[in-house]
Amino acid sequence: MRTVRVVLAKPGLDGHDRGAKVIARALRDAGMEVIYTGLRQTPEQIVSAALQEDADVIGLSILSGAHNHIVPKLMSLLEEQGLDDVLVLVGGIVPDVDIPRLKALGVGGVFPPGTPMREIVDFIGAHVRSRTGP
Amino acid sequence: MGAGTEGAKARWRRETLDPAARPSGGRRGPFTTISDRPVEVLYTPEDLADVDPARDIGAPGSFPYTRGIHATGHRGRLWTMRQFAGFGTPEQTNERYRQLLAAGSTGLSVAFDLPTLMGRDPDHPLALGEVGKCGVNVASLADMEALFAGIRLADISTSMTINAPAAMIFAMYLVAAEQQGADWTALSGTIQNDMLKEFIAQKEYIVPPRPSMRLVTDVVAFCTREVPRWNTISVSGYHIREAGSTALQELAMTLRDGIEYVQWGLDAGLEVDAFAPRLSFFFNAHSDFFEEIAKYRAARKVWAHVMRDRFGARSERSWTLRFHAQTAGVSLTARQPWNNVVRTALQALSAVLGGASSLHANALDEALALPTADAARLALRTQQIIAHETGVAGEVDPLGGAWFLERLTRDLEIGVLEYIERIDRMGGMVAAIERGVPQREIAASAYRFQQAVERKDIVVVGVNEFTPGDDRPVEILYIDDHATEWQLARLDRVRRQRDRHSVERALASLRAAAGSETSLMPPILEAVRSYATLGEMCDVLRDVWGEHEEPATF
Repeated sequence: MRTVRVVLAKPGLDGHDRGAKVIARALRDAGMEVIYTGLRQTPEQIVSAALQEDADVIGLSILSGAHNHIVPKLMSLLEEQGLDDVLVLVGGIVPDVDIPRLKALGVGGVFPPGTPMREIVDFIGAHVRSRTGP
Repeated sequence: MGAGTEGAKARWRRETLDPAARPSGGRRGPFTTISDRPVEVLYTPEDLADVDPARDIGAPGSFPYTRGIHATGHRGRLWTMRQFAGFGTPEQTNERYRQLLAAGSTGLSVAFDLPTLMGRDPDHPLALGEVGKCGVNVASLADMEALFAGIRLADISTSMTINAPAAMIFAMYLVAAEQQGADWTALSGTIQNDMLKEFIAQKEYIVPPRPSMRLVTDVVAFCTREVPRWNTISVSGYHIREAGSTALQELAMTLRDGIEYVQWGLDAGLEVDAFAPRLSFFFNAHSDFFEEIAKYRAARKVWAHVMRDRFGARSERSWTLRFHAQTAGVSLTARQPWNNVVRTALQALSAVLGGASSLHANALDEALALPTADAARLALRTQQIIAHETGVAGEVDPLGGAWFLERLTRDLEIGVLEYIERIDRMGGMVAAIERGVPQREIAASAYRFQQAVERKDIVVVGVNEFTPGDDRPVEILYIDDHATEWQLARLDRVRRQRDRHSVERALASLRAAAGSETSLMPPILEAVRSYATLGEMCDVLRDVWGEHEEPATF
């Protein structure tokens, strides 16, 4: 089985990259290939990175409250690009009332502050769809 | 070691501790501070062989100020209870400020939203979904006027957490105060204006480090002449700690940042005692009780020596380190959020015992959202209970002389001095930042901490232990998109009503100043008065100096 490839991105304007960097190291140490996009990425930039990197998973770290704008846009861009089988995960500060809405858009999992790294690694293991190679 | 030379502590260990520990086995370690510093079972005078009480600890109000910068401590004056607040529109935040002032808050502290912090107008594509979410949106002088409507700026002290566009936001505040009839020399408050920690940790930067430092220094020079009671830089360890540093890294990086600002001020031709007294500090009040108190004490001591011995300052006001503290946002948990009230109270207590001049206590719901009015009031009440019910504010440095605390204080001091030397050898903090050094150190510490939590070497109550419990959701402040529409409408009105030619003229002077060596404050003030927007002013600087981007590494 090929190595799971994860594009980890920080959309929005905030610069709180502690969570993203910790998760990046944890996924790498769990044997995944991690591509970190850095700060302030637009949905377009994230989708293009996922396409180029042939990502199995997109992890979004959002702490600014902008998830209701960013996620819908990202999901529709993924669909346009035929990447709707990519597992999309959101980590950060997301009010409970918004979680069902994000899941209805196709987000696989939402992980609030304090989620053990192990839980995220296991979740990816259980839910990543093996993408067919060329 | 022969019996003749065995110290009292070693004898106690052999005769009393070891026999007592053997049958029970004791608790599983490791016994360390939260920053991974090993802690012994007992401290005695033997642990302080390298500490001279008179020279190193001294007395409150006298050099090196380990025990406090005022002889009277909090008995003379309680700390300022300053609760950071801001959300949505200037009108909504103005209402929250009036509530806080009515509840006994003694100073205001403005939280701006991300578009403001990043110098983007609300109609910029990157502001999508961000207007008013993490703080209040301020895009022009019109917003600043609304933010402080009915609040007399000459009578309060205001702290503004603003960095990359600090000069522009400060200019808006000055003009708003002027419109109320206030004299600039009467204004008191603080602008954070600390770009080094932005590059190191918080990552809200616009232009590269060197022009950013020039802008910071221009503000310092301007205030020294025109707004003498204003605190020009709040040199901040808070965000460094939040990003995952240890207590020692927080302290060391912050004090080295302070050195960098003083050096840039001197290089700009300022006299040290003319501006150093207006530098203040901002530390995190994290969970490790004694380590935090030691951190504040070591900070005062190192800074006093740096200012006197390294920079030759002669004014006592240059030697004394004043600091604001905020409890650790990063320690708040989304699970069992009521536990956060207790965490915050203990953290706030450490800041008080460490001699904070002002304090913000976090609200219990801040791992979930910005605080509700009720949660914010409870946080203020937490401070008031510490001040008026516990008795800890009646004496100065009540824990001074505790062998454990003095050992920790000395160890932190030694660690800081080593770090300062290391950064000096790299050519200073700007050079170290350009090489990514502090950024990498923090990321490594953050990961080590998280691994320790996963191993349960560090217990987080309600998260990795004691998890069954009350997980009923708390009511949170939900910020809708009303602010976006409101702010877009005002932006549109401002653009239609202002005199286009004055705006263009002012922005052209700003461009000329940015390309030369003259101070940026006069053209910024001119632009603000013409109702140029924050985004327009920052675009000029982006254009002249380029936009900063950090390499994406982890």
